[in-house]
Order: sequence, then C-alpha cells, then structure tokens
Amino acid sequence: MTTVIAAVLLLTGLGVLFGIGLAVASRKLAVETDPRVDEIEELLPGANCGACGYPGCRGLAEAIAGGSAPVNACPVSTDCGAIAEVMGVEALSCERRVAKVRCIGGKKEAKERFAYVGSKDCFAAHQLAGGPKACEYGCLGLGSCVEACPFSAITINENGLAVVDEEKCTGCGQCVAACPRDLIALLPPGDPVTVYCRNTEKGAVVRKICQTGCIGCGICVKQCDQGAITLENNLAVIDPVKCNRCGRCIAKCPVKVIQGAVVEETASAVSGG
Amino acid sequence: MVDLLLISFGAIFISNFVLARFLGICPFLGVSRKIETALGMGFAVIFVMTMASAITYGVQKLLVRHGLAEFLQTISFILVIAVLVQFVEMILRKTSPGLYQALGIYLPLITTNCAVLGVALINADPGEGYNFIQAMVNGFSGGVGFTLAIVLFAGLRERLEFAPLPKAMEGFPIALILAGLISIAFLGFSGFRLQALLGL
Repeated sequence: MTTVIAAVLLLTGLGVLFGIGLAVASRKLAVETDPRVDEIEELLPGANCGACGYPGCRGLAEAIAGGSAPVNACPVSTDCGAIAEVMGVEALSCERRVAKVRCIGGKKEAKERFAYVGSKDCFAAHQLAGGPKACEYGCLGLGSCVEACPFSAITINENGLAVVDEEKCTGCGQCVAACPRDLIALLPPGDPVTVYCRNTEKGAVVRKICQTGCIGCGICVKQCDQGAITLENNLAVIDPVKCNRCGRCIAKCPVKVIQGAVVEETASAVSGG
Repeated sequence: MVDLLLISFGAIFISNFVLARFLGICPFLGVSRKIETALGMGFAVIFVMTMASAITYGVQKLLVRHGLAEFLQTISFILVIAVLVQFVEMILRKTSPGLYQALGIYLPLITTNCAVLGVALINADPGEGYNFIQAMVNGFSGGVGFTLAIVLFAGLRERLEFAPLPKAMEGFPIALILAGLISIAFLGFSGFRLQALLGL
C-alpha cells in the first residue's frame, strides 16, 4: 500500500513541479504576438499552399501584420477587403484569377518526334533533346502541373493535354511554376478569349508540326477593333483587359487557335453585320 | 575517455537507434522526403536526446531510491520528455526564432519519438551501469546515429523520386524495402570489435 501511495505522490510531485516550471517559463519566455496576426490568419484560406511566397498562411499573416506584405498578397483569397479592414487600410483590387494551359495541340493535332518512355515528369522530358513533341513549346502532358496543384484542379485529358477545372482552381499559381514551358498563365475567370499557343516559330515551321499552332498570320490583329491583340515574335497575344469578347478573332483564326467565351449580343451583331 | 568513445561508436554505428534497435521509425519514414528537413529533424533529436538523458538520469536516481523504478520508469520518463520538448520549444521561440521556424512542426513531434524514450530506458538499465557523463554521451551519440540514418535515407529517397518503379512499388513500399536494406548494411558493424582494435 505504501508503495502505491509513494508512487502516486512522487508522480504527482513531479507533475506539479514540471507544471509550475512550465507555467513560469511560459510567462518568462512569452513572445509578444500581434493580435492582428491571428485575425488575418482566420481570414486566409488555410491551405498553406505557399503561393504567396511565405511559409504557409501563418507566415503571410505575420508579414501582412508586420507591413512587409500587401493585404492582397494571398492569390487564393477573395476576402482581401476583410483583411484590409483588420489592418485599417483601404482595400486594393482583389480579383479572382484562374490558371489556363495555353496549348491545344494534343496527340491528334501535334506531331511527335520520338516515343518518350522516361520518368513521368515534364522537366525531365523537356530536357531530353527538347522533349518528344515536334513543337518545343507545346504541352507535354506528363502532368507536372497535376502533381503541383494542391487543389486537384488539373487533369490530363485523353488528348494528352493538361486542362484546368475553373471551378476548383483557386489561382494559387503553383502550376505556373511547375510548367517547364511556361504554358500556364493566371487569367480572369469565365473562359477569357485566349490564344492557345506559345510557339514563336515562323508560320511555315508551325504548320508542319501542329494543326492548331499560331502561325502569326496577323488576321486576328486586323479583326480586333479594340486594339487588344498584338503580334509578338510570330505569336498573337491578347490583352484580357482590352478584349471586349466580341469573338471576331475566334471566327476568323485560320488555325482555330483562339478560343474563349463570347459575349452573346456582340457575337450576334457581328454575324448579323 | 576510451569508454566514452566506445559508447558513442556503439550508439552511432553498432546499435544505431533506427537501423539496429528499430526505434524512432515514425519520424524516420515520415520526415525523410528531403535532406533538409531530415537534417532539421536530426538536429532537434540530438538536442532533445542529450537533454533527456541528463534529466532522466536524475529522475531514475530518485525512483531507485524509493524503490519505484520498476513500474514508474516509463511513465515518468515520458512526462520528463514531454515537458522537456515543451520547454525547448519555448526557449527556441524566444531566443532563436530562425531555428524555431526551421524546425517547425518537427520539434513538438519529438515528444512521440520512441528513440528518445529508448535512450532514457537504456541509460537507466542497471546492466549498462552508465554514470551521468556516459549517459549524456550515449544520448548525444544516439541522436547523431539517428541523424546519420535519416539523412542517408533521405538522400536515397530523393533519388528514388525519379527512378522508374512499378506502380505498386512507388512511395512507401520501396521506402520500406530501402530501410530494410540500409539496416542490413548496418548489420555489418555488429561484428566490429572496437576494443580489440584499440588493444583493450
């Protein structure tokens, strides 16, 4: 019996001793934290995706509270107004962005130079003699972006191309960094009118290797009355801010490389006139 | 001096905590994806194991004096280790925020690392008969052995990421096989007669 009592007493004693020790230590060693850090962390998505460049949402919350990051530094959150309120500053623009893979030359449309059997990694394939695709700019479809996406928003379709599910995409930008060919861009949501090609070769070269590659003909540039399309290095580029989604460039593109959702009234007006 | 050398060589190579005693397997598999994090975990374990060896030595003496060592050892050692990890976390957060950030979640995870409890129990084993300094050296070397094992393993796993493996073998299955192979390699140390080499 005495053993039991001794054991209980000893363990209780140790526990109380350690408890007091820790309590004192936590007082003495307390690190003052900004209460705003916790509030901001609450407002952040909490996925710790790292898209902002800080180590997790907590890291960003500390940076915002410390003033070293802007209130809209989180590319995922759409709630930067609330964060701005916590910080007592005016809200900046916090529009949602979604990722788009700018290549539609899959197995059917684009030629292959050799059969690739190496590791399923776009960087590895890209470094091997410029990749198995005849087009050195096209989507390799090995899924490095799929791996990188923390929200499972990207899939490889049956045509061997990466496609982003706009619903699931949060615009964190992890896939942008994961693509060795810089094919993925963050664009406004709602399927904007986009040139789905990044090939800057001359038209004749592009025609030989891919049915749906931009040949740099410039027809779209002439069609656009908004001045939203420019030709850079044999490649049409659309400014999503200037574009009014009339859809004329989509209709006239000879290789059908421009795609996107067209605003209805304007489209019918075009076809009517 | 020679006894300390023998203890540390034994704890690092001959009876490595992970590869020969099979303790601390959870962090060994869990945080060995990258060499960097493996190193961070290793250093945290070295620190906690050394400190735990020192403090549990005193607790063990106390238990033995009251004749309670038999059944109170494990629970009181766990208590000591948990408190110690909490304390280390507080000190680090106050004095060295950089290191605190680098270790991150691995620091509190050490509480449940059975290698730490293992070293405390081995030190307390009357068969070993370690004194205070020997116990601390055993703890420190045990941590070094853990770090060696986890860093070696992480290096191999980094390479495995790009190896063409059958689908069923990807990830953990091949990691477990790899861990077994390293363990077999370390078995080679078990016949090592350091005493004979040193002419003892």
